[in-house]
Amino acid sequence: MSTAEYEGDVEVLEGEFADKRDVGPIELESRDVSVWFGQRKVLEGVNIACPKKTVTALIGPSGCGKSTYIRTLNRLHELIPGAALAGSVLYEGKDIYDTDVDPVHIRLKIGMVFQKPNPFPSMTIRGNVLSGLKLSGMKRDGHDEIVEQTLTAAGLWNEVKDRLDSAAGELSGGQQQRLVIARALAVQPHVLLMDEPCSALDPASTLKIEETIRELSKEITIVIVTHNMQQAVRVSDYTAFFLAAENEPGYVIEQGPTTDIFSNPRDQRTLDYVNGRFG
Amino acid sequence: MPRTEVRRDLKSAATSHKGDRIFNRSITTAAFTALVVLAGIAIFLGFSAIEALRTQGLDFLFTTEWSVEQEDPKAGIWGMLYGSVLLSVIGLVIAIPASLLLSVFIVFLAPRRLAKVMTNVIDLMAAIPSVILGLWAFYLLNPPAEEWQFLLNKYLGWIPIFQNESGNFNGTPFIAGFVLAIMMIPIITSVSREVLGRTPPDLINAAEALGCSLWTMLRYVALPYGRGGIVGGIMLGLGRALGETIAIFFVLKLIFETNWYNIIESGGGSVATLIVATFGEVSGPYELNLLLAAGFFLFVGTLIVNVIANLIVQRTGRMQR
Repeated sequence: MSTAEYEGDVEVLEGEFADKRDVGPIELESRDVSVWFGQRKVLEGVNIACPKKTVTALIGPSGCGKSTYIRTLNRLHELIPGAALAGSVLYEGKDIYDTDVDPVHIRLKIGMVFQKPNPFPSMTIRGNVLSGLKLSGMKRDGHDEIVEQTLTAAGLWNEVKDRLDSAAGELSGGQQQRLVIARALAVQPHVLLMDEPCSALDPASTLKIEETIRELSKEITIVIVTHNMQQAVRVSDYTAFFLAAENEPGYVIEQGPTTDIFSNPRDQRTLDYVNGRFG
Repeated sequence: MPRTEVRRDLKSAATSHKGDRIFNRSITTAAFTALVVLAGIAIFLGFSAIEALRTQGLDFLFTTEWSVEQEDPKAGIWGMLYGSVLLSVIGLVIAIPASLLLSVFIVFLAPRRLAKVMTNVIDLMAAIPSVILGLWAFYLLNPPAEEWQFLLNKYLGWIPIFQNESGNFNGTPFIAGFVLAIMMIPIITSVSREVLGRTPPDLINAAEALGCSLWTMLRYVALPYGRGGIVGGIMLGLGRALGETIAIFFVLKLIFETNWYNIIESGGGSVATLIVATFGEVSGPYELNLLLAAGFFLFVGTLIVNVIANLIVQRTGRMQR
């Protein structure tokens, strides 16, 4: 695919999302979130609000805490020994770190797709899609419909509908990544967190995932970590730029509508980063 | 005009280098030595087995009797063969859940330092000589175990395996199986801890992001991933149990009848224990030969158990829905 076509996409996005700005309730919001691994502080005072049914991109150089941040949004961070957090993460207005909140409930509402495609190798394609129901003990009727519906939403149905009972490991990397997106969708999350979902994929697969993300954002809220700035432009409505000095915790330099961050940033460092002068 | 092809067989790179050639030969020799030793044992025992079958017929395998000092000597080891398997099954029933729980605790729940200590302690358990374990079981485990069996009989006596008509709870298959379990636990735990610890973090992450509990993560992710290794560990433990001799000698009352299922009734059998118990006061070369033959069939039985276990692994290894 040529650059010209990508640029065309960007313009379409701007038109499509123009009406979404400054409207819609906030679905997920972090307030003054600081994060530690043991004694080491890796994030400092992060405030980001993600409006409902939009895509928020987190960009920044390696090691600035983007992946750590996204893992605080569905309470996966706490599974690392020595992990600690200050501040609060509000989902539908309630702090997910309150003592009376069940982390399992949060992880079902706020799903996650990881950097490396990680389908369960011992399960079939169908088994993988339905695995969230088994793992969480969630009851949903009509398994066949769920499989078809989520695989369609993930843009994989036509490629696998005739071999749902074959091993997930037989799929290509891009297909596996769309399979795990379907798997995450099967438990009906309201938010989907994606940690560099395309970094292990080829350009054609990346394009397919991006199409999937744009489709999904009509229904759910998406937060995506990406190293690929063109990708942030192509898929996101809002962007937050993270930066960390050496051995210092990372923080958000600038955030706002994606078009502003990329075309008219307020901070010189943002301008340098989005123009590829470092990182 | 067609070109003529000259075909040359190319030696593999590994053998065209002199140092490699010597190294390869030494390794191959060492590998075959192991096979030769195994074959030597099998042939040596096999001759005794043929002799036993020639004089005793198939009765040697399918009856239970040991009266070899009379005019017409009679020997049958069925009860012993069956006993070896029964004791191992009792041991496995106790050892498998205990080992799995232990390894899950060490891998997924214990704080790192405690996990390290427990790992070392359990590995040390494997190093206890079985004669020590046998003595310990005879003097210290036996009295409380009689109480446990009494209670089992009192409250669960309606289940056939917990029947006891003699009122004697000493020297039962249960206590022998329990001792075997103690010997198997370190082996099975060590292997399954290793295997569970290698569950890819990617998969654990995926399961956690899908709202798993520890139980569902184990059930659908870690155990299917580690199944082959865990079954391998169980087989190693079973191998030790089937051949275990001296520890059982201390705690099991050896009888020449087949104790089919009364596991808390005094008396049972075991091939290895039969051999060690009889060997010291063997009446002559004929009886000695019968003991060697018993050893051969224990050897064959162990092989059969291993083959069956392999089939089970292959069958359960297939894809889950």
